[in-house]
Amino acid sequence: MDKLKLLTIICLLFLLKTTNSYSLIEVDITRGNLNPLPVAVSPLFQDNKSKNEFQRELNLDDLGSEISKVVENNLKQSGLFNPLSKDAFLQKPDIAHLKPRFEDWALIKAQALITGKVSIDNGKLKVEFRLWDVLAGREMLALAFTTVPNNWRRVGHIITDKVYERLTGEKGYFDTRIIYVSEEGLKTQRVKKLAIMDQDGFNTKYLTLGNELVLTPRFNPTNQMVTYLSYFRNLPRVYLLDIETGIQEVVGDFPGMTFAPRFSPDGKKIIMSFAKDGKSDIYVMDLENRIVEQITNHPSIDTSPSYSPDGKYITFNSDRSGYQQIYVMKSDGSNVKRISFGNGLYGTPVWSPRGDLIAFTKLHKGKFFIGVMRTDGKGERLLTENFYQEAPSWSPNGRVLIFYRETKTNEKGEGFSAKLWSIDLTGYNERLVETQTDASDPSWSSLLSN
Amino acid sequence: MSLSKILKNTFLVVIFGLVVTACTTTIKKTAVGKYSKIESESEVQMQGDVYIGTDTVGELSKGVPDRVFFATNESILTTISRDTLRKQATWLRENSNVNVVVEGHADERGTREYNLALGERRANAAKDYLMTYGVSADRISVISYGKERPVDSGSNPLSWSKNRRSVTVKAN
Repeated sequence: MDKLKLLTIICLLFLLKTTNSYSLIEVDITRGNLNPLPVAVSPLFQDNKSKNEFQRELNLDDLGSEISKVVENNLKQSGLFNPLSKDAFLQKPDIAHLKPRFEDWALIKAQALITGKVSIDNGKLKVEFRLWDVLAGREMLALAFTTVPNNWRRVGHIITDKVYERLTGEKGYFDTRIIYVSEEGLKTQRVKKLAIMDQDGFNTKYLTLGNELVLTPRFNPTNQMVTYLSYFRNLPRVYLLDIETGIQEVVGDFPGMTFAPRFSPDGKKIIMSFAKDGKSDIYVMDLENRIVEQITNHPSIDTSPSYSPDGKYITFNSDRSGYQQIYVMKSDGSNVKRISFGNGLYGTPVWSPRGDLIAFTKLHKGKFFIGVMRTDGKGERLLTENFYQEAPSWSPNGRVLIFYRETKTNEKGEGFSAKLWSIDLTGYNERLVETQTDASDPSWSSLLSN
Repeated sequence: MSLSKILKNTFLVVIFGLVVTACTTTIKKTAVGKYSKIESESEVQMQGDVYIGTDTVGELSKGVPDRVFFATNESILTTISRDTLRKQATWLRENSNVNVVVEGHADERGTREYNLALGERRANAAKDYLMTYGVSADRISVISYGKERPVDSGSNPLSWSKNRRSVTVKAN
């Protein structure tokens, strides 16, 4: 679990000489981007001495090139950038990093250029990179940091985050992880395990063995803890897992099923449903003193609670009107208001980290939609339609949603699969998120570094 | 045109007509036969969208079905379900050493968390009915599997109807 130990990551970001002058290039992420910005990601230069060390330590011939591939892939997947083929690059990485010949890069239609250098310094991986505005012929960003060599993929993610932030004006979401439920086996006997991976699908680790059914894992704000539902000993209860130590403990040990857990924005509480005698209500547990408070008290099903980022409100799913709809209330349970009034059923509300939107699943005329609405229920916008999909989770910057999709089986009941997908808030850039096995119930972490 | 030719032609037409009629009749017959067969099959298996067939149904004991079925999004017990549960209650009263778990299930056409709650509600509907017919509460526990344990992996209304169920299982 060393790699997961977030604090071991010495990530000393220090400014070399950032030029904050206005630039010609900027990327608008509020609209669907049909003309992604052409960007050249030069392989990061490495000297011969460092090359040997990287070879020995990481078994990689060209670490600088590998890191640039991580950056390229991230930029491409964002849908906002178009990384150009390296075959067309005219300038060598070391020289480009010192002073690019902008005419050469403009010739291949690059508007932005990323250059860099990796070296080994006292066993630490030292990285420098620069972002250049090719048309204006000036540097936009220059950063350097050191970390343990094993963290080299994260270096690529951090570089992408910084470039994304500089060009869009908003925080990135690349140095993040996804926790999800890995699925294998027949549809009638699925084996499910908790799994965690980097946002780009690398470094997958399985956190449970599959001996018991596990569902709906969710990160806490510091990414160290996960709350989820486990059927350990055939008692469906809410659990807490420390990713670093692997220690699991039951937290929702009520006289009945506890489920649908999520952390409060400060990470100090877990909000969940407790089902007893055919009714499900929402409860909150304080993790420090283990005091439990009942938030809703209604004969209906109240579930899928999610806090607003300021912790003052809770959105949840209830069928008190007769069918599944979305409601908002104050965090003490007062002022319950229904906000979904469109045609169909609504479930899995989840509050955006920016606070302005609630993402949801909608079932209408036999189709499932992922959509967003404002927190008063107005401005409903459906982003994607499918045979079955649900459980959206927000990227930490509130620009992308990840969810899962299940396929329809054929007449013989074959062909079932469950996969993770993501889509931009704009409704563009819908794409499959690759996982080693079938996957469901994704939860996106916050940024690992800032 | 000579009369004989006309007659000949008419004859041909008549024969042709007969053949065509014969053919249509046969085709019609098969079509109707097939159609009614499908219809009656689904009629036997579903009432509204509640499953009433016997496929997948096991026995708690000889002559006592182990499960009851529900309509979409519902936990109301149908007449047939109540009949099944009364049989279960009778058997449980006669076998007072047996405890049971009532498992509640939902079909795949709902969000996971809501379906967990719905499964729990269905299991409790069955439990309550067993209690009404004299089985004490401490002999019945409930567990909801939501949509996690379908018995039929199909993606069609009949498969879904088999999966919307509560199953009474011996616990000891």
